[in-house]
Amino acid sequence: MTLTAYRWELRKLISQKRTYLGLGLVIVLPLFFVIFQNFHQRHDHGADNIFASQIGQSGLATPVLMLLFLSVFMLPLAAALVAGDIVAAEDGNGTLKTILTRSVNRGQIFAAKALAAMTYATIAVFLSALVATVGGVASWGFNHVVTYSGTVVSAPEALLLVFAANSVYLIPLLTVASIGVLLSTVTRNSAAAVVGTIGFTIVLLIIAQIPGLEGIRPYLLHEQYENWHGLLRTPTDWAPIWHSLWVCALYAGPALFAAYLVFLRRDVAGG
Amino acid sequence: MSDAASAATATLPAASAPAGAEETQPVKARGLVKRYDDVLAVDHIDLNVRTGDVYGFLGPNGAGKTTTLRMALGLITPTEGKVELFGRDPLRRGAAALEGVAGFVEAPRFYPYLTGRKNLELLAALDGAGAKERINEVLEVVDLAPRAKHKVGGYSHGMRQRLGIAAALLRRPRLLILDEPATGLDPAGMRDMRELIRRLAGEGITVLLSSHQLPEVQELCDRVAIVDKGRVVYEGALSELRRQGGAGYRLRTSDNERALALASAHGGIEQATSVDGYVRLQADERDVGALSVALGREGIAILALTPELATLEDLFFSLTEGPTSPTPSPSPTSGSGSASGSGQERT
Repeated sequence: MTLTAYRWELRKLISQKRTYLGLGLVIVLPLFFVIFQNFHQRHDHGADNIFASQIGQSGLATPVLMLLFLSVFMLPLAAALVAGDIVAAEDGNGTLKTILTRSVNRGQIFAAKALAAMTYATIAVFLSALVATVGGVASWGFNHVVTYSGTVVSAPEALLLVFAANSVYLIPLLTVASIGVLLSTVTRNSAAAVVGTIGFTIVLLIIAQIPGLEGIRPYLLHEQYENWHGLLRTPTDWAPIWHSLWVCALYAGPALFAAYLVFLRRDVAGG
Repeated sequence: MSDAASAATATLPAASAPAGAEETQPVKARGLVKRYDDVLAVDHIDLNVRTGDVYGFLGPNGAGKTTTLRMALGLITPTEGKVELFGRDPLRRGAAALEGVAGFVEAPRFYPYLTGRKNLELLAALDGAGAKERINEVLEVVDLAPRAKHKVGGYSHGMRQRLGIAAALLRRPRLLILDEPATGLDPAGMRDMRELIRRLAGEGITVLLSSHQLPEVQELCDRVAIVDKGRVVYEGALSELRRQGGAGYRLRTSDNERALALASAHGGIEQATSVDGYVRLQADERDVGALSVALGREGIAILALTPELATLEDLFFSLTEGPTSPTPSPSPTSGSGSASGSGQERT
């Protein structure tokens, strides 16, 4: 029954225009980047980032650079747009009471919604990566790239690394989605939940700038957005990945558990 | 729905208990309380809906009807007390407690961006047990088949109400809980909704109908609970309520002034008053007979003596706003402070 509820959560997402807003953002930006670079035809070989300096040499540098750009704000925003809305919207529309008076338990509905929000975030990441990869390769070829450690990797291996980097980035992004689900469940207000989710990450960003708090930086959520950099080194640096895994678990686990408990026990009187 | 209501030959989903299942009381609430901070929305409500009842849950807006129904469906948690549906507690059993139960609280809500059919498909998927195969059937019953492919966002209020009934019928309910199903409907829509509810009740479905529309309850229900300010002020047969409130008489005599004085002094006659050329009084049949004999002895001719039957409206307002004439005679019980129809078990 959870699987059925999950499938219908996805169908509901597909049927809503707002779903495509976040996906549109993460597609348009790589497209715009590729088009602009094609017209500009001036690639900065002296750029700080090694992948920025390879834009004109290999199309596979584009998805890496896009992940670097989008991972800080746009992808978390896309994830928050749906995660923050997924419970609150049903509460506001009164449809939560409609589905909670059928033959499905609250826990199953919650699981379906949380899974759907995470599925959306996953799709946003890989859709963005796909557009950036196709656009980059079409423009600048399927060529080898040089990693952060200066190692040259073949194009097929680079493609695999792009996929792996996006997969690893899902760790903090799904954590953002979990926080979105929590706020959506608790606030019962889509806008508050979406803004709250993004606001939470921004607050952490501000905290990181406070002098004297440098010690907590490695444990702040936004610091985990760059966990995938370790994959683009030779040998692979697994430490930041493992670190982000347990740090994110400390954010996501309690958030989802709290959301689950609130959802199970809440009064559904809206709509 | 009018055509469907009057002439449809579609077979309604049969309402029957699962084979071997022990039939228990469809709704049994005991001491239900719901408090929101300082507001006591529901104050020790007891309900007894029996199999086959068309049970009116009557009360003014804000009386606590919807809150009570939400607790019955497990949507909100009672502050005190418990409610059981066919012997199952929705809070403990979750969705399993709602087996055989369907309906809606407040206006039925659907996904506006999905078609009527897609909404039903979604709900049928959540219900399982072959509900999907009944979609065409229930759409026919509520006469929504021609609009099934349109998005619910474009539906009128009446169409959404009917879709709510269709969604409920998907579950083959033995108990149908409807909260103000005719609210917002035009007169024809209200008539059709009543006709549909009557048909469903005729199929053997127990109906718990929450309403503040007295004609609707009077026309459809055989038993009622009248709730006011969160408390049940009457629960029992509608006929008994009307009998209690129907003990008024209008008397016109050759000398109303003397007749009034005689009536006022006569044992068993209550609330004798002079109104518009009549003497209005409260008494049972025997005392009215004795009064008529006494009037004859005094040489006062009785020109007219007619019983005044209380309407449900009279009874409702006398119970919820204080006595008017004619007045039912609620017999307060301890605890809930409610009145009870004769033969009605109170707990």
